[in-house]
Amino acid sequence: MNDVKLWTWIFVGLTSSLYIGIAIWSRAKTTGDFYVADKHVHPVLNGMATAADWMSAASFISMAGIIAFAGYDGSVYLMGWTGGYVLLALLLAPYLRKFGKFTVPDFIGDRYYSDTARLVAVFCAIFISFTYIAGQMQGVGIVFSRFLEVDVKWGVVIGMVIVFFYAVMGGMKGITYIQIAQYCVLIFAYMVPVIFISLQLTGTPIPQLGFIGNSGGEPLLQKLNGLTTELGFTPYLSGSKSVWDIAAITLALMVGTAGLPHVIIRFFTVPKVADARKSAGWALAFIALLYLTAPAVGAFSRINFIETVNDSVYEAADVTTGEKATPDWFKTWEQTSLIAWDDKNDDGIVTYKAGPENEVKVNRDIMVLANPEIAGLPAWVIALVAAGGLAAALSTAAGLLLVISASVSHDLLKRVFVKDLSEKGELRAARIAAAGAIFAAGYLGINPPGFVAQVVAFAFGLAAASFFPAIVLGIFWTRTTKQGAIAGMLSGIGFTAAYIIYFKFINPAANTSENWWFGISPEGIGTFGMAINFLVTIIVTKLTAPPPKDVQDMVLALREPGEGVNG
Amino acid sequence: MSNKSRGRSPYWKANLKLMGILLSIWALVSFGFGIFLRPFLDGFSLGGAPLGFWFAQQGSIIIFVVLIFVYTHFMKKLDAKYGSDEAQNP
Repeated sequence: MNDVKLWTWIFVGLTSSLYIGIAIWSRAKTTGDFYVADKHVHPVLNGMATAADWMSAASFISMAGIIAFAGYDGSVYLMGWTGGYVLLALLLAPYLRKFGKFTVPDFIGDRYYSDTARLVAVFCAIFISFTYIAGQMQGVGIVFSRFLEVDVKWGVVIGMVIVFFYAVMGGMKGITYIQIAQYCVLIFAYMVPVIFISLQLTGTPIPQLGFIGNSGGEPLLQKLNGLTTELGFTPYLSGSKSVWDIAAITLALMVGTAGLPHVIIRFFTVPKVADARKSAGWALAFIALLYLTAPAVGAFSRINFIETVNDSVYEAADVTTGEKATPDWFKTWEQTSLIAWDDKNDDGIVTYKAGPENEVKVNRDIMVLANPEIAGLPAWVIALVAAGGLAAALSTAAGLLLVISASVSHDLLKRVFVKDLSEKGELRAARIAAAGAIFAAGYLGINPPGFVAQVVAFAFGLAAASFFPAIVLGIFWTRTTKQGAIAGMLSGIGFTAAYIIYFKFINPAANTSENWWFGISPEGIGTFGMAINFLVTIIVTKLTAPPPKDVQDMVLALREPGEGVNG
Repeated sequence: MSNKSRGRSPYWKANLKLMGILLSIWALVSFGFGIFLRPFLDGFSLGGAPLGFWFAQQGSIIIFVVLIFVYTHFMKKLDAKYGSDEAQNP
């Protein structure tokens, strides 16, 4: 383990100094620099930055593990977290870029000619971002504690110091260039172990193809399906969720992705409207590199896990011919309590199957974290995964911090409460807000409210039920009025929040498919929230006076070729 | 929305039509092939993967990427045809 620790310190140290170095080099001088990198980011580079911004600790560490254990049901994340980019590229990004200001509440407030609408949007943006950021800071703490045996608390503090440096100094400009570096680190760290595992299992170095290839003479996926069925688990290829629930969750995640403010603002940073489209394409291409690999990681690691762990003899001394010994990595990770073995029948053999005879408890994160050890790779590869997880968590945290800081300094102070705030004053306020947000996020990372994992559904559900309909109708229906949009956002959020709070917090015991409305789980309820928002907005709009002429003209101008409406 | 687009500029109309086509494909490969038609498509296979399952875990993502680049390409043509700042710049 000492080797691993040394390498991890080296990688974490090197990457962190790189990030801070970039921050010093790209110090923000104006609010334009701070909020949108002065709109000078090349579309391909912005695509890369968006990919890092988007892929969080959850994508990097947890997603492949979720797929490994959920099989087909895990598809909701694969389709949901990528399909949203098509909506972004076609329905949102080009028009918001053309609108030409700094933030999402900027658009909502101006389009709906109302500070009330702006405040509702600010509230949603801040709530969604804090929900999300707590998970990221926790991810930073986990990486430090697992790989370096540093206390989670100090791990979070180290993460806070790094992010503080580059978010507060560099603003969006610094964050953008650092995210580009972070994308390279995280994708390299993700791919290296998988390539070796793919070679071992399927004989091809391209894991995305190994996934649909053969392993030991039969199709890998069919083999896995056979193994899971035989051991009494949900068959890998068919899953257990209802078709309608799968569809609702997928749509909620897609629409939620398209409505997340920290993703949307990345498209404000490119020079031209056409670049916003192009950039969304590149962002998804860079994301797809990881997302096409994740199902392979899931399938490979599940098959490896079943084949090496099930029916293995725990004590190496007891192994006789024809038997296999429990692998060393199993014992290493037992110390972290991510794996637990309870020899219920006292036979010294590890049994892994569904039902009461099962003796193994396993945390899904292990599928990515232990991958290098499972494949028998050297210490530096294990350290690489730590640096990759850190890059994924830090890049997302920084993007979110920027949304919170811009919401406070720009949307609240400059646009509503202190309208005569100077450029310098606003920049200072943005930095103070970013610093404040880091402390709040760090606090949440160290003292995570027990429900962090559950509230992720919240962030997506709320983004789907609030921003997406308001922005889409704002662009595609000139007639939409402020009363319609405000009523729509409030009812969409209200409904979604009530449903999630009821099933996740008030009455978790009732959280089963018989009690769900139309069989839709809280994860998928954002789809209903969105539909309600659309419906309420349309009805209220029909009943109220049309928006002022200049607003209608602005909307029409958004739809024409050419550059910025607001410069 | 279609009745609202009447009398709008040809650029916007062409854009809406393009979006309609691409979003139909978007829905077909994910909600169609990957979810509702999966049991049927699983009767076929791509390499070692049942086709419906493959669309849900890989195929739809590949097509999503292609869709955005196709959109970018055709919008560039539309921009050139109907004149944008970029085309007018010296």
